[in-house]
Amino acid sequence: MTIYVRSKQVVIPGEPLARGRYEYQGPIYTVRQRLYSKVIGIVEVEDKKKITLIPLKGKYMPREGDVVIGKIVDIGLTGWTVDINSPYKAVLPVSEVLSRPTDAVKLDLSKILDIGDLIVAKILAFDYTRDPLLTIKESKLGKITKGTLVEITPVKIPRVIGKKGSMINLLKSMLNVELVIGKNGRILVVGDDPLMEAWAVMAIKKIEREAHIPGLTNRIKKFLSKVKRGK
Amino acid sequence: MNLKKPVKLLDENGLRTDGRRPDELRPLKIQVGLLKNADGSAYIELGKNKIIVAVYGPREAHPRHVVIPDRAIVRCRYHMAPFSVDERKSPGFSRREIELSKVIREALEPAIFIEEFPRTAIDIFIEVLEADGGTRTASITAASVALADAGIPLKDLVTATAIGKIEGKLVIDLNGLEDQYGEGDMPIAMMPSLGQITLLQADGRFSGEEFEEGLKMAINAIKKIYRVQKEALKRRYIEISKEVLESE
Repeated sequence: MTIYVRSKQVVIPGEPLARGRYEYQGPIYTVRQRLYSKVIGIVEVEDKKKITLIPLKGKYMPREGDVVIGKIVDIGLTGWTVDINSPYKAVLPVSEVLSRPTDAVKLDLSKILDIGDLIVAKILAFDYTRDPLLTIKESKLGKITKGTLVEITPVKIPRVIGKKGSMINLLKSMLNVELVIGKNGRILVVGDDPLMEAWAVMAIKKIEREAHIPGLTNRIKKFLSKVKRGK
Repeated sequence: MNLKKPVKLLDENGLRTDGRRPDELRPLKIQVGLLKNADGSAYIELGKNKIIVAVYGPREAHPRHVVIPDRAIVRCRYHMAPFSVDERKSPGFSRREIELSKVIREALEPAIFIEEFPRTAIDIFIEVLEADGGTRTASITAASVALADAGIPLKDLVTATAIGKIEGKLVIDLNGLEDQYGEGDMPIAMMPSLGQITLLQADGRFSGEEFEEGLKMAINAIKKIYRVQKEALKRRYIEISKEVLESE
């Protein structure tokens, strides 16, 4: 039972993390009781028992129940094709948009959602054998009409949320903006003041860049008070 | 090669044409993440070789009939720029480039967790800007770094080098001249921390002892190259850390 890494250390694929029976979480694989990293990431060692690996880069893989921000890329007879910033494009059927029964012949789908429209949607089903299925039939889901969209590496979305939502609450309270976070790396910032929106975008970009360095929440706090003073 | 040797590959001190000792690598430099459009990228300079690698994916596979239901397909394109060699190379794909694309793909594929991305494609584009022997091994070394930079899960990096025989002596990391007039060339790629070999080719003649000895030399060299790969991947994050800590 040995751990080869320190907490907060940057590791690369194939780097040995530990030997022995450890609990682990994240992109780690084991060969004969040795733990190896699969990706470039940061390791966290919790009281010499559990090893967690947080990746620094990666694509978004759809999961049932995730809220994502998508872009309509194609209109079919019975639904839309949506780009969700992942290796799989998603399908949004008419039945998941309208509650009334519809007539495919009479209905012009582009009047409801057109190509290029952005939507907040939830993944209804995904099992790798078929493309993910979306819905917008819940509250807070649907077409985006205002705000600024930021795109970051999907694996850094948990940093933007922070521990128990600390980071997101900080941004909301200091800048007086609303944030809709898509698990696929797209974040919608809605504020009354365009300047506040721009600052929120700058802060999110800073979070993405410095996510691997400890003391992130404090740094963002300092950064925001600095830009606000400069107003 | 059965040509009469016009070139003396080893001098009286046992040094090679470029002044290296038999077990010495050429100067090596790897840079990561230089292309913005690609998901991952790397640039390698090994002696006079200059190679750029871009990785896209996992992404939707086109055309649709190439997809595999339970894993990702890996596609690799090795291409030499027309100006990469002394005499202009025709820009189209030669037999050699198609073959090397396959060889490189097969050296990298064992390291990738392709079953994590069903029905997708991972594309590797290798552009040789300047060539001077050992481009396939340098390409493999750089491509594995680019794959890691793209955030694609890997068992390990893949590191490659070549063993050659010149004037009856085993040497490491052949240059263009030694490749052309030497007596043998044996490219080797392996996953260093797992100790598994993913590519082993050879042309020329090697005796059993020479093979054993050559493999040992190659493993030593691969360990050195691996350190450079590792450092290149980590450098960017460490630089940001430094910058942030200094500004505080």
